[in-house]
Amino acid sequence: MARVITFQKAINEALDQEMARDPSVVLFGEDVAGGQGAGGELDAWGGVLGVTKGLYHRYPGRVLDTPISESAFIGAAVGAACSGLRPVAELMFVDFMGVCFDQIFNQGAKLRYMFGGKARVPMVIRTMWGAGIRAAGQHSQSLYSIFTHVPGLKVAVPSTPYDAKGLLISAIRDDDPVIFFENKVLYTVEGEVPEESYTIPFGEANVVREGDDVSVVAIGRMVGMAQQAAGQLAADGIDCEVVDLRTTSPLDEDSIYETVEKTGRLVVVDEDNPRCGMAADIAALVAQNCFDDLQAPVQMVTAPHTPPPFSGSLEDLYVPSAEKIGEAVRRTTGGKVGARA
Amino acid sequence: MHKEFTTGEIPGFVHLYAGEEAIATGVCAHLRPDDYIASTHRGHGHAIAKGCDVYGMMAEIYGKRDGLCRGKGGSMHIADMDKGMLGANGIVGGGPPMNCGVGLSAMVRGTDQVGVSFTGDGGSNQGTFLESLNLASVWHLPCIFVVENNGYAESTSDRFHASGVDIAKRADGFGMPGVVVDGHDFFAVYEAAGAAIDRARGGGGPSLLECKVNRYYGHFEGDQQTYRAPGEVDELRRTRDCLDAFAGRVTAAGEVTAEDLRRVDDEVVALIDDAVARAKAAPEPDPADLLTDVYVRY
Repeated sequence: MARVITFQKAINEALDQEMARDPSVVLFGEDVAGGQGAGGELDAWGGVLGVTKGLYHRYPGRVLDTPISESAFIGAAVGAACSGLRPVAELMFVDFMGVCFDQIFNQGAKLRYMFGGKARVPMVIRTMWGAGIRAAGQHSQSLYSIFTHVPGLKVAVPSTPYDAKGLLISAIRDDDPVIFFENKVLYTVEGEVPEESYTIPFGEANVVREGDDVSVVAIGRMVGMAQQAAGQLAADGIDCEVVDLRTTSPLDEDSIYETVEKTGRLVVVDEDNPRCGMAADIAALVAQNCFDDLQAPVQMVTAPHTPPPFSGSLEDLYVPSAEKIGEAVRRTTGGKVGARA
Repeated sequence: MHKEFTTGEIPGFVHLYAGEEAIATGVCAHLRPDDYIASTHRGHGHAIAKGCDVYGMMAEIYGKRDGLCRGKGGSMHIADMDKGMLGANGIVGGGPPMNCGVGLSAMVRGTDQVGVSFTGDGGSNQGTFLESLNLASVWHLPCIFVVENNGYAESTSDRFHASGVDIAKRADGFGMPGVVVDGHDFFAVYEAAGAAIDRARGGGGPSLLECKVNRYYGHFEGDQQTYRAPGEVDELRRTRDCLDAFAGRVTAAGEVTAEDLRRVDDEVVALIDDAVARAKAAPEPDPADLLTDVYVRY
């Protein structure tokens, strides 16, 4: 059996292997060293949750703490990427994009196009997302839809430790700016991860469970939730196919159409808010491109149109659950067991 | 450009550098092709001083296929990475963080390249500018932050938008040298910029250079500048013109003759006229260009 490590360790390992392989890879952000120059430097933090722990000592001069100045250091990632480095900048929580979004969407994302193809911006912005740890409105959002909306950016949202490592290595080697979404609840989840370096291509969805009755397309942490729902539904004779998008930009439209063609029913599970989000986008694409394959209206399971609440009882209602996914699947089958029958 | 814009043939927004030429030339005279500059919306002068092709710039300003950015950037985004020109920038204060990035790149790669960002007095009030001063100082980066203080953030006078005595004094708070120079005086800019750039190149860290200057034209072309005092610009042109000051000084010193300068003027006029004529005649971008160069690979 392959080695089992956490999602968080998989990310650390991807960074470690890429920094060892390519001296132009640098890592910076708030607390990524986590004690640079301090009395306890030897036990430097390595990020607020320890994701980058150990790298500071292994790569002197290439793992840098920053002031709490997201605009400056995210913009510095853009400038560094234009001038010979492959920076990996950590925007601690995606919610903080509000203080530096100009440098992402007006600078990093657009330089290549505005400069007629002369610029390359091979940077990665790693960021934590998602609800589930009672972190309230400014530390719990999903927001990958906003980045997916921006031409010039790529967006990866891994769902497993295996994908986290392979997608991050791809992101670092990619010549375009990538926003890499790390779900904070998944950090402690364990999974099989090869020790050697490997890549997972962008824009290729992963069918994590095959089935004939209903397609469930999910993103990030919701992939596991969809699999859990699928397991419960199987007991009732409903056979779900679960598709993990892996990246929202580029989006693997073909895999979405293929699974809809196969099952005729679609549920999209997206932890983000519903308006102008991935679920709505996918529903629209399917309506436009494979309407004739649909046997039932597309169902969207998303967070409500609210900020993430603090109270645990409310937050648990905010995040899509396996139960809600199950209900949505049953809506597409009209309550019939064995939908294709 | 001012005259051409009135013909209606130049699309979009154009912001002219006239009156501020001593700054771009005085700074960029010290830069190598592999050094970087991050410019502003008022970037034509910076681009020329950093070595961008004038015809390529003009074709870009007219939105043509031959443009430096293939007609996809325009005046506000003229760039040439091969020349170390990281782009004019439509976002006020957008450039200083990128300046930190090229400085970091030079430091990590162990080169002696430097980065220079130009920012207006308006941009100096953006958080990006102040954050970048701090970051450059904390990381000890080979960066120079040039502030072109022309007295107006769009139409708002610096008396109403900038607190403190000089913008250069803001450097004190970030532990870097901050110098005020007369931005109409090429030699003053040249000397101060040279000191800052030498310092950065030698590992001495970042500096701030505030050049006090004036602009002749409006914030954008079409701005009638009704907010300026009657005769203000005429008086500046008569008494504070940086080209006149340069010519007076070099001819008085006997270094260059008036005839030499006339010849240079004639060459520049011919260069610009030719660039304008060719740009107007140049082909439009190909329709397929709409969809290219969003990504390296997608």
